[in-house]
Amino acid sequence: MRLSGGLIDRSRTLRFSFDGKTYAGHPGDTLASALLANDVRLMGRSFKYHRPRGVIAAGSEEPNALVELRDGARREPNTRATTVELFDGLQARSQNRWPSLRFDAMAVNDLFANFLTAGFYYKTFMWPRAFWEKLYEPAIRRAAGLGSLSMQGDPDAYDKGFLHCDLLVVGAGAAGLAAALTAARAGARVILADEDHRLGGRLLAESHSLDDRPATEWIASLEAEFASLSNLRILRRTTVFGAFDHGIYGAVERVSDHKPEPGIQPRQTLWRITAKRTVLAGGATERHIPFRDNDRPGIMLGGALRAYANRWAVSPAKRVAIFTNNDDGHRTAFDLISRGVEIAAVVDSRPNAQAKGTYRVINDAVVSGSKGRLGLQSVAVTRGGQTEWIACSALGVSGGWNPNVHLASHQRGRPVWDEAQQTFLAPADLPGGMIVAGAAAAQGTTHAALASGADAALRALNDLGIAASRPALPAAEDAPLNLRPLWHVPGKHRAWIDFQNDVTVKDVKLSHQENMRAVEHLKRWTTLGMATDQGKTANVSALAVMAEMTGKGIAETGTTIFRPPYTPVSISVLGGGNTGEHFRPRRLTPSHPWAAAHGAVFVEVGQWMRAQYFVRPGETHWRQSVDREVLAARKGVGICDVTTLGKVDVQGADAAEFLDRLYCNAMKSLKTGMVRYGLMLREDGQAWDDGTCARLGETHYVVTTTTANAGTVYRHMEFARQCLWPELDVQLISTTDAWAQFSVAGPNARKLLERVVDGFDLSNEAFPFMACANLSVCGGARARLFRISFSGELAYEIAVPARYGNALFARLVELGQDLGATPYGTEALGVLRIEKGHAAGNELNGQTTAQMLGMGRMVSTKKDSVGAVMSRREGLAADTRVLVGLQPVDPSEPVVAGSHLFAEGATQETATDQGWITSACFSPHIGSSIGLGFLADGAARRGEVIVAANPIQNQSVRLRVVSAHFVDPEGERLRA
Amino acid sequence: MLIPHPLLGLRDAQEFSYLGDASLLLRPDGMAENAAETFFPYVYLRENPAGLHRELWFHEQGDRSWLVVTRNTVTHEILGAELAGDVVARNRASRDGGDLA
Repeated sequence: MRLSGGLIDRSRTLRFSFDGKTYAGHPGDTLASALLANDVRLMGRSFKYHRPRGVIAAGSEEPNALVELRDGARREPNTRATTVELFDGLQARSQNRWPSLRFDAMAVNDLFANFLTAGFYYKTFMWPRAFWEKLYEPAIRRAAGLGSLSMQGDPDAYDKGFLHCDLLVVGAGAAGLAAALTAARAGARVILADEDHRLGGRLLAESHSLDDRPATEWIASLEAEFASLSNLRILRRTTVFGAFDHGIYGAVERVSDHKPEPGIQPRQTLWRITAKRTVLAGGATERHIPFRDNDRPGIMLGGALRAYANRWAVSPAKRVAIFTNNDDGHRTAFDLISRGVEIAAVVDSRPNAQAKGTYRVINDAVVSGSKGRLGLQSVAVTRGGQTEWIACSALGVSGGWNPNVHLASHQRGRPVWDEAQQTFLAPADLPGGMIVAGAAAAQGTTHAALASGADAALRALNDLGIAASRPALPAAEDAPLNLRPLWHVPGKHRAWIDFQNDVTVKDVKLSHQENMRAVEHLKRWTTLGMATDQGKTANVSALAVMAEMTGKGIAETGTTIFRPPYTPVSISVLGGGNTGEHFRPRRLTPSHPWAAAHGAVFVEVGQWMRAQYFVRPGETHWRQSVDREVLAARKGVGICDVTTLGKVDVQGADAAEFLDRLYCNAMKSLKTGMVRYGLMLREDGQAWDDGTCARLGETHYVVTTTTANAGTVYRHMEFARQCLWPELDVQLISTTDAWAQFSVAGPNARKLLERVVDGFDLSNEAFPFMACANLSVCGGARARLFRISFSGELAYEIAVPARYGNALFARLVELGQDLGATPYGTEALGVLRIEKGHAAGNELNGQTTAQMLGMGRMVSTKKDSVGAVMSRREGLAADTRVLVGLQPVDPSEPVVAGSHLFAEGATQETATDQGWITSACFSPHIGSSIGLGFLADGAARRGEVIVAANPIQNQSVRLRVVSAHFVDPEGERLRA
Repeated sequence: MLIPHPLLGLRDAQEFSYLGDASLLLRPDGMAENAAETFFPYVYLRENPAGLHRELWFHEQGDRSWLVVTRNTVTHEILGAELAGDVVARNRASRDGGDLA
């Protein structure tokens, strides 16, 4: 029911629906407060037993009131009704019930509660093993879990950003505000973050005055001052969810969760905050006191009941009882009475508590039971063995407060038990630069919170050498709690500790009985604290119960460790918008515009989008396009963008020596104006990467790498330069993106290039195979020309500055019309190199050696180079597998890469395995599928028929071992 | 994590790529008689300390410096960072064939 007053805007009415029924609320309401205002107490069903549940808290610690929000692709399960800001048109549904919230068929689980106790999963699903996948898992999946996903893509945008500050203040309650004020006035760069949309924290939920004025007035005056300070940034609706290394904090700002749709704004933003110092002023979470049937809708935390009344002007009932072990319960009673709520009784477990107003106090008593199927109707009060039933529709339970030390222990520090205050405090080994203040440091009175916040900021600023003075703080209440511990009300029946995971005091006792006594065992055996709320309202109480069983103190029992995130964080915001096309950078080759306009189908090659093949009119299958491109390169001239190959510019007096040490083959002897194939090994002796090394000048080389290793080879070259041989005079720079490079391959390649070069002699005598030169093309464009071939044809690679790449590509195709000039993509590139027997990534996969590639003798023994020593290891040197060509005996049969090779007639098992097929394709030149593979004793087995086994597809194909050079084995074409 | 780059100040660890133990700086002579014996530990044997660790980081998204970073593997505290080239130079000046100086 709605009370008077509160921090809601009654001038506007918002319509919303819950389980299809329409209700009204006001701006300032949360979904939970608006439902309570409409007398809706039943909001969900519990996880295991499907018991009716209502809201118990007023903040992000809420374990019960989890609802599904919105519809369609924006449907979001497990949102806490207590943190959902009401907006017009909001749609919410209850979860974990069928067919309806009031009648849930799965509530039958409650009757089998004895089977669903601690260790249920471990005990039940051990055997029979065959039941696991077929019965247990599907059954559990259906029964478990709360909300359901939309199964559609997230339509909203997410963002991420980086922030830096001198002081990060987590929490904008009394302590946080005082800290932010102190630091901001001193001129420090301050970030103040709070999960609420409104500054004030607990101040908004209390009726206390500050300097004899409502607290909201003080907050308003601060906000006015803050608005004028450019060194302070306030992040509202922002949860700091994790404390990471070196003062880095993760935070999620819910930019537009409070709107029906985000519009042009992101839905949420992930902030990575680097803070020199941090004041953790995250407040405290109230404890409840487990008693029999303490989970009925209407039973809430006392502080939450008070918050609903003071801030949102709602009460779940007209007649309310309180159960407390400290003075906070009386404060709740006082505030409720002053707002017109009837107090049935305050049940106080202490012997001599005094009433703070006109209401009935039952001292030395406990609540020992409750009634009401879908909502509380009455509670049992036991005093000195006598039980009395008291009618009430809501009960506020106050068991004391647990400081929110989560962030303080994210770096593995264990919270420390404080016997005097009966709470866990932040660990001594805090994350670097963190100071804890306010209720999070058990400084829970308003006066203490304000003072400790200001003091924490002063300490932090002093550390940083920033002069600051303590601001005048308003006079505030400073009443102690006078708590007398009561962790649970003993009894035979079920008393809930962890509402969200349905863990009861009995489960903790059973865990103790079954010797799962260590906190980490207790947690896993009972699933305590393992739900989405991470046991914020449960853990400490459960530890206390366990401590009682074992007879050890709570200090010795200890607590489990807190890990990020503090509250659930969506995967979408962690992705920070890096989804779909934005998942990673997309690199386009220089000829991309031309290719896109001429039928190219693109393929992702790492970050690159490369033309895979070019579809011409009439071609309906990719093989038609690829076969045409291959034959064009063999008969006319093909043009392919090979810019993606890594390029590293190497200059310096010692460049030759440097390269000689990097490549396993000799490089020093390379003459200016010539290119040489180069093979790099890893230091462990395996082949790593290959490419070409072009000596453009006495002290100037350009080396290429494979596309895949462009980054790692460059990194390795810098490692060699800076770490291994810093004495060499050599400089490196990656020029992969600076130069567009095209392969021009085929019998007509020279004729075509003659049409673009500016007076450059391309004759075989002047520019032989493996020559390179600087030149100009197309009337003055700077260019580089390399006579190298990956296809076995007469071929060149021509490079121009990347900005001329697209134009040159178009020019080559246009000028070569009569020569059969044909652009080709990566598929044809692959076919051409397989036909020629060139190794590529499939062969250089990190498991092969120079020897296996048929290049064993290239590894120079006359010099030291990376990997040379280890390549001579016995185990590698004795490997007889070598690269061979493979051709099906029956030309209609396929060759499948990945197939393993066996002798004909041999059993097919690991022991008889003789190698594998690395690359395969259909060769239009040969007229059948062909392949390359590594075969034991391959060099001596030319002509032999072997078997390729592909058990995955139940294939077994007879192959003939042939030369790896299917095309022009003598190499006459490329030297022509 | 933040890495105190000796030239550029505190930089976010995301800008770096990690290689590992800085003993990789001490590459043996591949032409020496006993190269087969010296390369085996160089390539394969690493200390895995719970505590201070000197390790190689590459400022790949930055100035492309290789750094030797001293990090506590237990706490992630970073005690310092130097240019790898400086460490090599110092090591050669004082080297008695032993560990990284």
